[in-house]
Amino acid sequence: MSDDAERTDGSGMQAHTVRLELVDEPGELLRALEPIAANRGNLLSVFHERGSLTPRGHIPVEVDFECPPERFDVIVSALRDAGVNVIQSGAERYGEEVTVLLVGHLIETDLSGTLSRIQDDAGAAVEDVSLSATQGTDEVASARLRLAAETGRTGAVLDAVRDVAAEKDLRVVAPLDAEGSA
Amino acid sequence: MKLAILGAGAVGRSVAELAGDYGHTVAALADSTAAAVESDGIDVAAALSRKDAGEAVGSKSPEDALDAEYDALVEATPTTLGDAEPGFGHVRAALERDRHVVLANKGPVAERYADVRALEADSEGTVRFEATVGGAIPVLSTIESYGPETVTAARGVLNGTANFILSRMAAEGLDYEHVLAEAQDLGVAEADPAFDVNGTDAALKCAILANVLGDREYSLDDAEVEGIADLPGTALELAAEDGRTVRLIGEATPDGVRVAPRLVPQNGTLAVSGTRNIVQLDTENAGRLNLSGRGAGGPETASAVLADVNLLE
Repeated sequence: MSDDAERTDGSGMQAHTVRLELVDEPGELLRALEPIAANRGNLLSVFHERGSLTPRGHIPVEVDFECPPERFDVIVSALRDAGVNVIQSGAERYGEEVTVLLVGHLIETDLSGTLSRIQDDAGAAVEDVSLSATQGTDEVASARLRLAAETGRTGAVLDAVRDVAAEKDLRVVAPLDAEGSA
Repeated sequence: MKLAILGAGAVGRSVAELAGDYGHTVAALADSTAAAVESDGIDVAAALSRKDAGEAVGSKSPEDALDAEYDALVEATPTTLGDAEPGFGHVRAALERDRHVVLANKGPVAERYADVRALEADSEGTVRFEATVGGAIPVLSTIESYGPETVTAARGVLNGTANFILSRMAAEGLDYEHVLAEAQDLGVAEADPAFDVNGTDAALKCAILANVLGDREYSLDDAEVEGIADLPGTALELAAEDGRTVRLIGEATPDGVRVAPRLVPQNGTLAVSGTRNIVQLDTENAGRLNLSGRGAGGPETASAVLADVNLLE
């Protein structure tokens, strides 16, 4: 009821962007848009980047829609429940992505604790982690983290990652492009 | 022009060999122990073959080269840190005689830039140092012609040894130690590679860039420096999963001087391979310029020295 009231006067609607990765198969785009419409999201634009592939070999799709703010998480959950890979969500919350490498005794120094600290201290969401520890768990390992950051907060996120890494004697290889300079 | 060349390593000897082609005369050539001096021009080939045979390059002392009759002193002795001696002393001696100075030695302009500029201000001579940043790549003359005040940042891959190692690690999935040994066998890396792989060399070049661009003096002590030693090959493999690779990137920006391994797009402009160097300039009015080429080597670096000499005529 309150949703409808907000919609009637046009206030309370907020634009959001979600970035999805789709498998290149017929019907995938429609399947990805259904949870948005079914949860009363109002589609604004769909940018389907056929021809460019994500590192995993999938097709990136950017969807803009508007909905009341409290409904946004419901829609993202519905997308995930439908098996759609949401790699970035929310125009306001997580507008930017940043990839970093960590090198050092990642496992001995509690990798999951490191990731939690990064989420908490940096205000970033850890979206993807790859770990390579070919020499055993007590040797130097490498990890690649993909972090989602609020728009304009990438620099602060990297600073927080560096702080956590310094405490645990880990090396950080930060991207050059995150600071707008690749 | 008459040149006095101090230093007879790869760069000094290449300058001596090529000077004639550029219309110049070598009036003196000195290594650390001896000098050949002749105001009408020394016999460069004879001096170098004496050196190759393990004999003195000439019958005079190195100091005699400083006192010789020349228009421009070419300073190509090894780069030293801290007080940048003896290179700085050579610069001073030439400027006090109102002679021009062309540096291939990074020390004086990376470590004592303000002192060099002060000596230059009191001299009829001019100091140029194109060869100190990016070897053959005309980085400093590009900045000079655009106007340093319109260049907002400079960054790039400025050390061929470190870049060779990172390129090979990424291409072959090998660890640092393994590739370093290979680079040493190939002669790309020195027996003591610390100066290159610890980021010191790149940091000196960035300090020079910052000095040219900025309104304050920078030296190695002002730089944040992190090298590539001990990076595991797996780090580069993980970077590749995301379409990235790792390069030792030096930056000279209004925030200061920084050198560190960084993630860059695998097929991006900065991901030059092997011993190539690249310098990227952000300009106010012309956007981004990318200058790429051979960052080291005797004849390559000598070409930058001789380009400077030509500009002094």
